[in-house]
Amino acid sequence: MSTSVPGIAQFQPSSDDSLLVSFGHEISLDAHQHVVKLLRLLESQPVAGIRNLHPAYCSVLIKFDAQKLQHHELGALLQPYLARLEDVPLPESRQVEIPVCYGGEYGPDLAEVSALHGLTPQQAIDLHASASYVVYFLGFAPGFAYLGGLPEALVTPRLPKPRRSVPPGSVGIAGSQSGVYPFATPGGWRLLGRTPIAMFRPDRSAMSLLSIGDRVRFTPISPEQFSALESA
Amino acid sequence: MKKIQVQAPGLFTTVQDLGREGFGPMGVSPSGAADPISLRLGNRLVRNAEDAAALEMTLLGGAFLFPEGAVVALTGSDFGASLDGVPVGPWASVEARPGQTLRLGPTRSGARCYLCVQGGISVKPFLGSASTHILSGLGGLDGRPLRKGDVLNMGPANSSFRKRTLAPQALQSLSPRKVLRVTPGPQTDWFPESSRRLFYSVAYRVTEESNRMGLRLEGAPIPENSGGHMISEGVSLGAIQIPHGGQPIILFVEQQTTGGYPKIANVISADLSSVGQLRPRDEIRFEPVGWETARSLFQKQERLLALPELILE
Repeated sequence: MSTSVPGIAQFQPSSDDSLLVSFGHEISLDAHQHVVKLLRLLESQPVAGIRNLHPAYCSVLIKFDAQKLQHHELGALLQPYLARLEDVPLPESRQVEIPVCYGGEYGPDLAEVSALHGLTPQQAIDLHASASYVVYFLGFAPGFAYLGGLPEALVTPRLPKPRRSVPPGSVGIAGSQSGVYPFATPGGWRLLGRTPIAMFRPDRSAMSLLSIGDRVRFTPISPEQFSALESA
Repeated sequence: MKKIQVQAPGLFTTVQDLGREGFGPMGVSPSGAADPISLRLGNRLVRNAEDAAALEMTLLGGAFLFPEGAVVALTGSDFGASLDGVPVGPWASVEARPGQTLRLGPTRSGARCYLCVQGGISVKPFLGSASTHILSGLGGLDGRPLRKGDVLNMGPANSSFRKRTLAPQALQSLSPRKVLRVTPGPQTDWFPESSRRLFYSVAYRVTEESNRMGLRLEGAPIPENSGGHMISEGVSLGAIQIPHGGQPIILFVEQQTTGGYPKIANVISADLSSVGQLRPRDEIRFEPVGWETARSLFQKQERLLALPELILE
C-alpha cells in the first residue's frame, strides 16, 4: 500500500499511527535536502495532529495522533508542503569542528582498519580528518549523528560482532558513514578515535552538539590535549 | 514535601510517565511507561492527571516506606503487595499511614506493576517528561533505576482519601493479550508469501534479552528477505524487525529512533500495553489485521478509557 506523489515523494503506512514519506531509495545529497526541507517546513508550519518526526537518509517517518488523522488524510495535508519543497531556502550549513584523539586506547580499531586498506595508521587518520562530512540525520540514540562523506579509501564494513559497550565520545566508521557515540551504548562501528567533547548535554540550550544538515570536520589532537579538553 | 524512602528497589524500577513525544529529530525516543494503560488507570485511582509520574517495577517489586503517609494504587501485574504485612490488592486506591511500608514480591502475572502515588513522583523533567531513559542516563531519578536508600519526592496532594476501585468489566476488556494483532510493516512486501505465512502460523517465545528498548523473540526463523537493499529509516513503536538470523525483534518504548533492518509487521496501538506485560519465556503469536480494524480497536479502547464510570468510588 504505497502511493506515489507526482514528483518527488512516496507515502507508505509504517504503523497504524505513522506514515513514511520517502524521497527515493538512495543515499544522496539531493534526497537529504528534501528531508531537511520537509522537516524545516513541518517545524515552522506544524500540521495539527502530527506528534513526532523521524528524519533519516532519504525519508521522514511522521507519527500522528490516530484519534485525529488517518494515513490518507495526513497524505492529503502533506501535498501542499511537498509541492512547495523546491522553494524552501536552506540556511547556510553550520560548520562544526570535533577534536579527536586517534588510535591507541582511544581508537582500538585504527590499526586493523589501516591494515585492511593497506594504509599506515597516520594515513588513515589523515584521510578521516581530511573530509568534510554532512550530518544526514540524528538517530539510534540521543545526539548520534549519521555522517556522510567518508573517503572511499576508508569504507569498511561493521565489526562482525558488535561491542557490548562503546565509550562515550568514540568516533567510528561503518560502511561509508562516520559517527560519534554520545553515550556508552552497544555498537558495531569500527572505532578510530575519541573526542573529549560532549555530543549530548541536557544542560546545554542546544542539547545535541550536531543537528541535521550541519557540516563536520574532525581535528586530530594529542592525548594531552584530550585530557586538557576533557577536564575543561 | 512528602517522601518515599526506597528500602528495596526491586529488580528494575524506574520513574515513568507517558513519555516525551516530539524529539525524533534529536534521536530521542519517547520512553514512558511500558504499559501506559495501567499507568493512566493507576493515576486516576489516586486522583492524579493521567500522565503523572509513577514507579514502574519489573518482574520483582521493591519495598517503599512512606514517612508522612500517602495515597497509593497498584496497577498492571499483581506483585503480591502488602502494607505493613496486610495484603493489598491491585486496581484500588489505598491509604498508607505515616511510617507504613509497602512491600512487593515477585510477579504473579505479567512483567510490570505500577506504583502510583497521589501527587505523582516529582523529579526534574528532561524534555518535558519525568520518564527515565536508561540508554542515555537521562530523565527520572538521575537517569537510572532506583537503588536502596534513594529518597523520592511526591508532588502536592490536593484531596483527602476516598477509596477508588476499577470497574471489574474494564479489567476484563483491558487484560493483556498473548496474541498480538499487527498491521503490515513498511517492508512486508520484501518477504515472500511463505515467510509471511510462517510468521503468522507459529508461536514465538520472549527471550531473556528483552527490555524497554526491544523484545527479542525466539522461534521459527524467518528466511532472509530478498526484497531489496535496506537504508536506515525512522522506526515506529511496536515495529517488528527481522535481523540476520531471522529471529524477530519488537522495538519498544526506549527503542532506537531509526533502524536498518526490514520490518515485517507492526503491533497495533491497541495492543502496545500488552507488549509491556510480556515476560521472558512467554509464548506469543501474531495475528494480521487491516488498517481499519487497527484504527477502530484503538478508538474503542480510548473510548473505554475515557468513561467516567470506569472508576468506582
